[in-house]
Amino acid sequence: MPTHAITTKSARRLVSVDRFLTFIRVFLVTVIVVGFLAFIWQQFDADNPFAQWRNPGARGLTGDQFKGLLISGLSQGSMYGLIALGYSMVYGVLGFINFAHGEVFMVGAMTGFIASDKFQANGMWESNFLLCLALIIVMAVFFSTFTAVVMERVAYRPLRNSPRLIPLITSIGVSFFIQNFVLGLFGPATKSYPRLPEWLAKQRSILTFEIAGTRLLVLVVAAVSMAGLWYIVERTKTGKAMRAVAEDKEIASLMGIDVNRTIVTTFAVGGAMAGVGGILWGLMFRSVTHMTGFLPGVKAFTAAVVGGIGNLGGAMAGGISLGSAESIAPLVILEPLGVPGVSQLKDAVAFTVLVLVLLFKPSGLFGERLSSEDRA
Amino acid sequence: MSLLEIKDLKITFGGLDALSGLNFHIDEGEIVSVIGPNGAGKTTFFNAISGLVTPTEGDILFEDETIVGLDPSTVTSLGIARTFQNVRLFPNMTILENVMVAQHCRTSQLVYGALLQTKAFKREEREIRERAIEVLEFFGHRLVGYRMDQPAFALSYANRRRLEIARAMATQPRLLLLDEPVAGMNPIETAELTALVGRLRTEWGFTIIMIEHDMKVVRDVSDRVVVLDHGVPIAQGSYDEVSTNPDVVEAYLGRPVEAN
Amino acid sequence: MSTLAAPMPSSALDQDWRKVLRWGFICGGALIALCLVGMPVELDRREIIERYLSLGYLSVVLVPLVIGWVSASQVVLEGFESRKQGLFDLVTGLVVGVIGGGLLSLLMVALDTWNLRDPLVNWSPKLFRFLTYENGMGFGAGAWIVTCGVLGLAGASLHVVPRFARRIVATVIIGLLSLSVLEAAVSDVSEGFGLEWLTDLIYAKKGGLTLTSAFVVGAVIAVVAALTDGRVKAVTNRYRDMEGIERQKTSMILFAVVAVLCIVLPMFLGKIMNELLANVGLFLLLALGLNIVVGLAGLLDLGYVAFFAVGGYTTAVLTSPNSPWFAPELHFGFSLFFVVIFAIIVGLVIGAPVIRMRGDYLAIVTLGFGEIIRLLFMSDWLGPYFGGAQGITNVPGVDLGFAMVKGTDPRSVFYLVLFFSVIAIYVSWRLQASRLGRAWMAIREDEQVAEAMGINTVSAKLMAFVVGAVLAAFSGAVLVAKVGSVFPTSFMILISIIILVVVIVGGMGNIAGVMVGSFVLIGVLGGPKQPGLLQEFQNFKLLIYGMLLVFMMLKRPEGLVPSARRSRELHQEEFLQDAWLRGDKPGIDDDDDAAPLLVGDGGGEEE
Repeated sequence: MPTHAITTKSARRLVSVDRFLTFIRVFLVTVIVVGFLAFIWQQFDADNPFAQWRNPGARGLTGDQFKGLLISGLSQGSMYGLIALGYSMVYGVLGFINFAHGEVFMVGAMTGFIASDKFQANGMWESNFLLCLALIIVMAVFFSTFTAVVMERVAYRPLRNSPRLIPLITSIGVSFFIQNFVLGLFGPATKSYPRLPEWLAKQRSILTFEIAGTRLLVLVVAAVSMAGLWYIVERTKTGKAMRAVAEDKEIASLMGIDVNRTIVTTFAVGGAMAGVGGILWGLMFRSVTHMTGFLPGVKAFTAAVVGGIGNLGGAMAGGISLGSAESIAPLVILEPLGVPGVSQLKDAVAFTVLVLVLLFKPSGLFGERLSSEDRA
Repeated sequence: MSLLEIKDLKITFGGLDALSGLNFHIDEGEIVSVIGPNGAGKTTFFNAISGLVTPTEGDILFEDETIVGLDPSTVTSLGIARTFQNVRLFPNMTILENVMVAQHCRTSQLVYGALLQTKAFKREEREIRERAIEVLEFFGHRLVGYRMDQPAFALSYANRRRLEIARAMATQPRLLLLDEPVAGMNPIETAELTALVGRLRTEWGFTIIMIEHDMKVVRDVSDRVVVLDHGVPIAQGSYDEVSTNPDVVEAYLGRPVEAN
Repeated sequence: MSTLAAPMPSSALDQDWRKVLRWGFICGGALIALCLVGMPVELDRREIIERYLSLGYLSVVLVPLVIGWVSASQVVLEGFESRKQGLFDLVTGLVVGVIGGGLLSLLMVALDTWNLRDPLVNWSPKLFRFLTYENGMGFGAGAWIVTCGVLGLAGASLHVVPRFARRIVATVIIGLLSLSVLEAAVSDVSEGFGLEWLTDLIYAKKGGLTLTSAFVVGAVIAVVAALTDGRVKAVTNRYRDMEGIERQKTSMILFAVVAVLCIVLPMFLGKIMNELLANVGLFLLLALGLNIVVGLAGLLDLGYVAFFAVGGYTTAVLTSPNSPWFAPELHFGFSLFFVVIFAIIVGLVIGAPVIRMRGDYLAIVTLGFGEIIRLLFMSDWLGPYFGGAQGITNVPGVDLGFAMVKGTDPRSVFYLVLFFSVIAIYVSWRLQASRLGRAWMAIREDEQVAEAMGINTVSAKLMAFVVGAVLAAFSGAVLVAKVGSVFPTSFMILISIIILVVVIVGGMGNIAGVMVGSFVLIGVLGGPKQPGLLQEFQNFKLLIYGMLLVFMMLKRPEGLVPSARRSRELHQEEFLQDAWLRGDKPGIDDDDDAAPLLVGDGGGEEE
């Protein structure tokens, strides 16, 4: 009765898909290795034949330039990490990607803009900067947390038991809505943060690294926030509840944990982190629009996956890795290969990392931590 | 040559041996029952054969070819079909569609035929439908007639179990794995299904491995019985041999308390 | 939700004040948000009823009406005593409306006192004038408190009035609104048929209905609604219950009618309407393709726009004399062949690695691919081949021998789009009812079991992916031929998301639903860059799309025009419960008539 004709064809197709994937892997590794080697060669001998062929006129990177790239990658990456925490936490607890988390970040950045603009207008910005900084952080955290909590209550809670794609689609709608709501409220013009006062923003020398005060601020604030988060998650009862609910909602509720409240807390904490990230972004890049959340949002999600979704330390590590890769790869790998206009391709690098990680190592570098329901 | 041969199968899940040292064979036309207390690894055994779980060690040979590491769909197309312990039908598809879709691996029409409505396509659709009805009619009047176009989730429990088996039959297997086919049925339904299992062998020519807890069914239908406990086979033989084996009794009931 | 067996209120004033307060604040918040987003002022430009009601005021008015209705809604649970709705609910609605109106008045006070124009761009004297009816603040505040209160009351009263009245009111409102809003379309059609006198009568010179026509038409609609009460539902139910041959025949007839309309109507329509229809058609094509990928196979492809781009760029490169690298200047028809090939290749390249991922990761990965492709097309690196940010211009139209399809003649474009849409509809229809369609359905239901049943899920999903890719590529080809050029900025993720909204709002997996969704959304509100019938919504359509998507997912995930099957899928529990409540036998499944297979016990009661 059974015919075997189909077997060979479907088996063949699967094998060819696997072969194709292996080919991609090999191709990528080759590109990266060749690019890197070309870069190294170019450093030593700027006029070597390969460089002449692919990248004439380039001069390689100086040590200072490289350090600068590293610092910018690190500071950018720590902002990605702050945002990534929210993605990671929500995925760990509820098992879906909160597409609208990037918008929570943007709300923080916007709030920061409005507040700092007002402070500058009445002179407080220069006279009492640290107070202003503290205040805008508080306000941004307030509004982004508020956004995250309302989002959960209105759009996600009713869908708690739906198949996973439904909340994802809903979150796309929420993201869209928030983006355009902010556009409607504040208009399409790009908003500029005021400059940081000179005494903060000036270049400093720390351990042979030349680092702008702004970047230093970013790193410090990010580190402090991470520390705060670590403390909450590891040392407080709330944090323990969060970890329990992330592990297994049903059992956690049987243990007497108020699952709903804990989920709200999770969203709130993730939102707060994103709000801080928003402020830092605004201070760093000084421009915010309603679309500011999209790209960093996707990149932060990449970071979360790279570090292992659900894994908080991994999210930060992933963020830093991604930031560094984004900074360094165009100049260290692509340019020696003769790809013109590499700065444009910075975003393409991030997206490529996203695609590659999801294809080849979806559990991330440090291992994912999913709740028992979501583990495949 | 045995139809299915299993050599030293070992399956470990995170430190726990779900199955170990399992040697098993079944010849064409046999009906073998696998019994054992809960957690003995019986469904894992089925999962290993049908490719849903990869063995840690050991080999599974079907018609003398190893099937370890193959995709579940490939295993099915080679001729092994199974039912699920917790009936997993396609709830929103009709009864007929459930059985039609099960013939996927025996048919071949794709986009081209569907779009151009070629003769081959129409013929195949007709054949699929006829075969599906043929399979459904095996269960009497219950699953045919106007019912065929009802969604599967509307079925009663017993009918769902029957549809589950019908679906497996429709894949045109040589080896049929039935996972607790009479679980939850009342005595009349059970007796009826027991007779059907016999007919699956005699009329349709399937070789059957059955996991069961209902000893009456096991006794009435099996040529041979294999007993698993904690992932290890502890007895094999006819029902009478196995049911009086002290190790088997101990596995189910525990050791008798020493009289004072 | 509150406790199951809520205690009966002792009087109309024994409200759950917390709930009322909450809804009141939601109402007020919504009103303020609406005003600050700028919608009412912007929409004020369009008159619904000349001089008396503009779209702007209507949008404001709808808020307390809807919230009044929602706040007075009761969750009726089977087996629990439910309170008969009456005065109690009217009071709820009234108070909720009053609170909302009060908050709106606070906004007016604020507008007058402070100047927050700096962050909030719509904080303007214009808004103030709008809210106060140009009559000063005291009047405005009072008017709004009273109006909102009344509207809240009216909304709540919809629960109290008999169903018959409710239906008539709803039909009249929707009818008048549609008539007014679709003025451009109606005028265009009637002009085509020589019936301008009718439209001149109905519509006012500056747009919108005249007061008299509103009353007259409203009365007519009310009468018609009263007469056909229940008939419409009966007819749709009959259609839904039809099976097999009868259904096929009815569907064919319906389809033929629609087809004739589609072919004949454009000849009577003006240029703008045809342009609009062509636009709708392009999105329809995209939506039909995505429908196969998302609706049938269950793959959330957020990077769908990538295939759109592939089709567009292939056509541009192959047909335009300005193509930088390789300009064979083929005829559109020949290039179409290559469009299909490249769509298949790119579909396989993107699809093969991606198909095995779990659903949400698949969504993000495809998003990533979509962006990568757009960035590549836009890059300087590939500029010499694809024109970089400047794109490729001078793409010729389609020379059909007997006619020329080009962007300057929207009617011809529409017919071309119609041609491809018909192909897409045919493809969807045939595939759904085939072996492949069944496999897709099984995969959507339970992928693991589908695998165990012998379905190679990888190749089945891949095929869905590729078919979707080809349809999107067709759309891209037609777009580029119509516009005459291709730019990378035309292929943003935004498009994928809007198409997703169309598919979901219309009805996933359901061809008719997707068609309705395209017409209603793209036609009325507009696409990502193109305006729809109502140009006033240009700045707000994305906001509405986002809100719609969330709303549909929460309340009606099967879409506006659900397939009967999908409705079942998503409301499985309710379906079974309803059957049980109606007294149907458990599941349509009684074995009484089945002859027992066992002789002896005389059968016995099977479950």
